[in-house]
Amino acid sequence: APLTASKSQYMVDETLTPEKDVTSYNNFYEFGTGKGDPVANATDFKATPWTVKVDGLVGKPKEFGLEELLALPLEERVYRMRCVEAWSMVIPWIGFPLAALLDKVEPLGDAKYVAFETVVRPEEMPGQSGFFQPLPWPYVEGLRLDEARHPLAILAVGVYGKTLPNQNGAPIRLVVPWKYGFKGIKSIVRITLTDKQPPSTWNLSASNEYGFYANVNPEVDHPRWSQASENRIGEGGFFGANRRPTLPFNGYAEEVAGLYSGMDLRANF
Amino acid sequence: MAGLPALPRKYHAASIWLLYAVGLLPAAYGFYLGATGRLPGNPVKEFEHLLGLWALRFLVLALAISPIRDLFGINWVRYRRALGLLAFWYVLMHFLTYMVLDQYLNFAAIITDIAKRPFITIGMAAFVMLIPLALTSNNWSIRKLGPRWVRLHKLVYIIAACGALHFAMAVKVVGPEQWLYIVLVLLLLAYRLIRPMLRGKKRARPQATSVRGQERSA
Repeated sequence: APLTASKSQYMVDETLTPEKDVTSYNNFYEFGTGKGDPVANATDFKATPWTVKVDGLVGKPKEFGLEELLALPLEERVYRMRCVEAWSMVIPWIGFPLAALLDKVEPLGDAKYVAFETVVRPEEMPGQSGFFQPLPWPYVEGLRLDEARHPLAILAVGVYGKTLPNQNGAPIRLVVPWKYGFKGIKSIVRITLTDKQPPSTWNLSASNEYGFYANVNPEVDHPRWSQASENRIGEGGFFGANRRPTLPFNGYAEEVAGLYSGMDLRANF
Repeated sequence: MAGLPALPRKYHAASIWLLYAVGLLPAAYGFYLGATGRLPGNPVKEFEHLLGLWALRFLVLALAISPIRDLFGINWVRYRRALGLLAFWYVLMHFLTYMVLDQYLNFAAIITDIAKRPFITIGMAAFVMLIPLALTSNNWSIRKLGPRWVRLHKLVYIIAACGALHFAMAVKVVGPEQWLYIVLVLLLLAYRLIRPMLRGKKRARPQATSVRGQERSA
């Protein structure tokens, strides 16, 4: 469905990745491990009705209905998206700052982290049923509270002027543009404030390859491939050059590098 | 034991050429799709992966020829060279696609990849080992090298194992498709280990001996 949003100051001045690529080439292992699996297998997913439970170390825990979240002031944000697999896109998301939601539940003083959880519906998500399941479910992710409160971190409810297609994480997903794409947990049903660093699915699956922070960093390679450059999807085609250097913090260093001052980014990858 | 009608000898040569032609179709079709913008998302990677997968398929098929003959009495040994060479051509195209279309001949990045990334090191090792096999796949080399040819071509066992491993190590989660090739290669290699025992039991059967090394068990 069409979704209206105001323009924001966060508009990357780069060519948008075509909508067709954004909505048909992505990872969402709940629907299969192939890049084309989400679009092929997500048609039966029911993104409405939907609620997001926000609890843990908060003053006012609450279960939010989707309508309530869609009624928040929505902004369009054109962000770079850098997948840990060394490909990237430029995507016009529609959403609201995660901080806006956190403010509503009033985090307590000892809350240090935010944990996220994806829905588990094996009957609608073929990757969650059957003999071979690539990851343990539910998919979980986490941010430090100061990362979660950063103005760049948003909960997206739409893309390309419309509500999120199922394959992109309908009806609500996290977008943290300075981190690898797998941090952008999809189809969120629960957000919990905690005082301990929450588990994250890819880190549980291979802790030497995927860290908790997962900040985009051209200097720190994935053990099996270089992170120094990336393929921009939808550009260059078969013969043209679509490989470009990867930027520290995915080009958002000016805004977010301060969150990590004094930290060894090689150890905390 | 042979359930299939034997192909008349006069069609043997033609059927081998047909195999080469059909075998190269996936690459040609993939290239056509890529060059005309019909491969979705990341076309170069799609093409690269297609080539790698077919290389592995042809390796598995080449390794299946002698068990099929031994166990089912169907002699397709005449197709083995074509299957092996198709595997070589696909590995070569896979590597060239990576080198040219993916990395734009950025040799520094390519050398770093080969040296630092175990799955690429293993894939590269398989490619290098395939080169002498391809070069000595002609009848002249078979005659010239004699028993040494058979020994040299046993490298294909290591190559196939490297190929299946390379595939499994390249993905984020080892799934059914990767397991399929690991299991197939393991079965085909295990067959070589138990073959002497099977042969021992069947000593009464006259051994099919041949002059050409091509026809030997390899």
